[in-house]
Amino acid sequence: MYKLTKAILFVSLSALSIAAAAKDLPGIGRTALTNEIAAWDIDVRGDFKGLPKGSGSVAQGNVIWDEKCASCHGTFGESMEVFGPIVGGTTKDDMKTGHTLALATGSEPKRSTLMKVATLSTIWDYINRAMPWNAPKTLTTDEVYAVTAYILNMGDILPANFVLSDKNIADVQKTMPNRNGMLSQLDPKNTKDFNMWKVRGKGDVKNPACMKDCIKTVEITSVLPDYACDAHGNIAEQNRHFGAVRGADKLIACDPHPSVAELNRIYNTPYHPGAAGSQKPVTFAITKPTTVAPEIAETTGLEMLKQNKCTACHGMTKKIVGPGFSEITAKYKGDSKAEAHLIDVVTNGGSGVWGGTMPPHGHIKAEYIKTMVQTILTGAK
Amino acid sequence: MSNELKKPGRIIKAPENFIDVSLSQAITKDGLNEDRRNFLRKSFVAASAAVAGGAMLSQGALAATSAGDPLILNHTEYDQTLGLPVAANPYGVPSKYETNLVRRESPGLTQVGGASVAFSPLQGLFGIITPSGLHFERHHQGWQDMDPTKHRLMVMGMVKHPKVYTMDDIMRLPSVSRMHFIECGANTATEWGNVAVPTVQYTHGMISCSEFTGVPLSVLLDDCGFDKKNGKFVLAEGADGSGMTRTISMENALDDVIVAYGQNGEMLRPENGYPLRLVVPGVQGVSSVKWLRRIEVGDKPYDTKDEVSHYVDLMPGGMTRQYTSIQEAKSVITTPSGGQVLVGKGFYNITGLAWTGRGKITRVDVSTDGGRTWRTARLETPVLSKALTRFNIDWVWDGSPAILQSRAMDDTGYVQPTINQLRGVRGTKSIYHNNAIQSWRVADFGEVTNVQIN
Repeated sequence: MYKLTKAILFVSLSALSIAAAAKDLPGIGRTALTNEIAAWDIDVRGDFKGLPKGSGSVAQGNVIWDEKCASCHGTFGESMEVFGPIVGGTTKDDMKTGHTLALATGSEPKRSTLMKVATLSTIWDYINRAMPWNAPKTLTTDEVYAVTAYILNMGDILPANFVLSDKNIADVQKTMPNRNGMLSQLDPKNTKDFNMWKVRGKGDVKNPACMKDCIKTVEITSVLPDYACDAHGNIAEQNRHFGAVRGADKLIACDPHPSVAELNRIYNTPYHPGAAGSQKPVTFAITKPTTVAPEIAETTGLEMLKQNKCTACHGMTKKIVGPGFSEITAKYKGDSKAEAHLIDVVTNGGSGVWGGTMPPHGHIKAEYIKTMVQTILTGAK
Repeated sequence: MSNELKKPGRIIKAPENFIDVSLSQAITKDGLNEDRRNFLRKSFVAASAAVAGGAMLSQGALAATSAGDPLILNHTEYDQTLGLPVAANPYGVPSKYETNLVRRESPGLTQVGGASVAFSPLQGLFGIITPSGLHFERHHQGWQDMDPTKHRLMVMGMVKHPKVYTMDDIMRLPSVSRMHFIECGANTATEWGNVAVPTVQYTHGMISCSEFTGVPLSVLLDDCGFDKKNGKFVLAEGADGSGMTRTISMENALDDVIVAYGQNGEMLRPENGYPLRLVVPGVQGVSSVKWLRRIEVGDKPYDTKDEVSHYVDLMPGGMTRQYTSIQEAKSVITTPSGGQVLVGKGFYNITGLAWTGRGKITRVDVSTDGGRTWRTARLETPVLSKALTRFNIDWVWDGSPAILQSRAMDDTGYVQPTINQLRGVRGTKSIYHNNAIQSWRVADFGEVTNVQIN
């Protein structure tokens, strides 16, 4: 307690002048009404403080899941296509120990939500505040219980006939696979030698800060593999074309590099220009001049697709929630009625064609929708 | 002269030297198309052959040089024409020649742009302030451009007087302006196991530094009469779809946390939380909740999604460190850095950034030989608490292979570790808090690449 007071005293120094100058703040803000607080105070804590009354069954959750969740998270909550997996990697044994074994063994490199999460409240709270992805805060309280129950059922934590409610959720918490897996930095027994919660705490990794003769042999242990040489585009176009340096053009970045062993041999051999092992000169200084932004007319349709958030559900080429643009382009190639049809689907909504539901977008100007549809049909790039 | 030219490791300064002036100018103006590229290849082969034979460089280049630079001798399109009027750009924009330095996504890192990262182009930035339009972006459910007249901030929970504030209220209050970095807890995450990305934009670009203006959170907490005895934590919540929530210690909340609306002299950018965000100095960026709409005072932490499932550190043995808030001391050389190529031998200013979430940077050492020896760099002023600090050090590159590193120290005595020291304690499974020393290898022909060393 003394420490806390001292900390408050210490830290308040900078705020002191303000607090002293304006002890009361007449005319600033107003009392929050009870119903306003209730509307926004939606957080649910680890001890379930804040959890509203309600219930939902695994079976109900299954229906909601297939309709609103599976397109991103997969039918079994296992998908890694859009987000990390929710289900997988936990065992009945983990439910007993409360510590997911796969986190220790590394047998599941893609750690699922159920492998990681210690507190069931976290799952309930997050679904309630942020799901579904493209329509957050639209589920009812009972639906949130149902979806939570279904996730736990997919993870073999709850049986298929279970009804999860505010009455039994604390008991279910006692079976969470990783409930004992956390080393909280708020618990003093975990922060004896270091502290990553307190600002002026100690670090856990030490470096003696040697100044000379620090190491005998420099050994390179990892380099960017040659196959990844242009995975991040042409670096020449990500640097200025004047100044102390240039970005490496693809011609250089993708010119095969020496192996790690060869690099180490070169690095630890006294350097004699021209000696074996020194490297060939490269014509590198040619970089494209800065590209000037294209004319607006060229990008309007595409920009509109981005600005109207179409790209949240449609990839340029790949399905995300709805089909990729190029998939649509291909499907309607040569179809003279396609434009009118797609304008109708975008404006008024539609379903069935790609196995999902396209919500209506009547709030977007008709001329914009036309431009966007034309852009898609002519092949958005 | 011919001897020097024969050195295989020598930088061939600029292929323009091998080509005629009109082609060089065409490349500068219109870029390098396939025709020009082929011509260059031929020119270079011819020039190399000439060099190998000990002959002089091509006559065209020499003639141009001895005749003087046409850019000096002739008038230019700029000095003989009328320029644009004032306010042609009412809100100024960067030069059209600066479009290479923009925020970029790291391909394959995420699947949807609404839950993704755009990295700040550290490789081309100067000083310690990040231009607002280049501040890194991290959104969990997309960004919104929120109407400030409809924005509300509620302070509630363990307070005597729960209150609602409008932007009018908040902007009437006494304000502070302070420079602080915001660094994502996952900055440099890709490098825990091995080298994965080519440039400093992608290794370290989830850090930015701004001057933030706003009200100290302590002023609002006092105004609402927070419970000084039992109020140990504050929950901050965003008004976006993700409803981002994070637990903040009361100690931080009363110290230097700002409820900010200003960034670098103007309002926050929408991507950075317009019109209101929290700035929690020194703590991983996810706590600096954007589009801030609610502050709750409580007696226990909140175990939110980004405190239980993400932004936690998986340790060897499978236990997970939770509530690891602080961004420890870290530094990186931004020029020369990965993906860049030095333009020739000789003098360079090695420059970079250092920062610590625990206070001020006290020293930065730089090695050009892979950590065998270190020299102490100059720290440019101002050196501010929980802000970026710019360091510089002279370097004469003799054309031999080099490995550049920087190592930061802060005023708690903490020293930035090597990647292996870090792995020795924390293993390689953590995604967050990689503050290891970064190594850039310089090849003898000037190419700089990302490497890890023992």
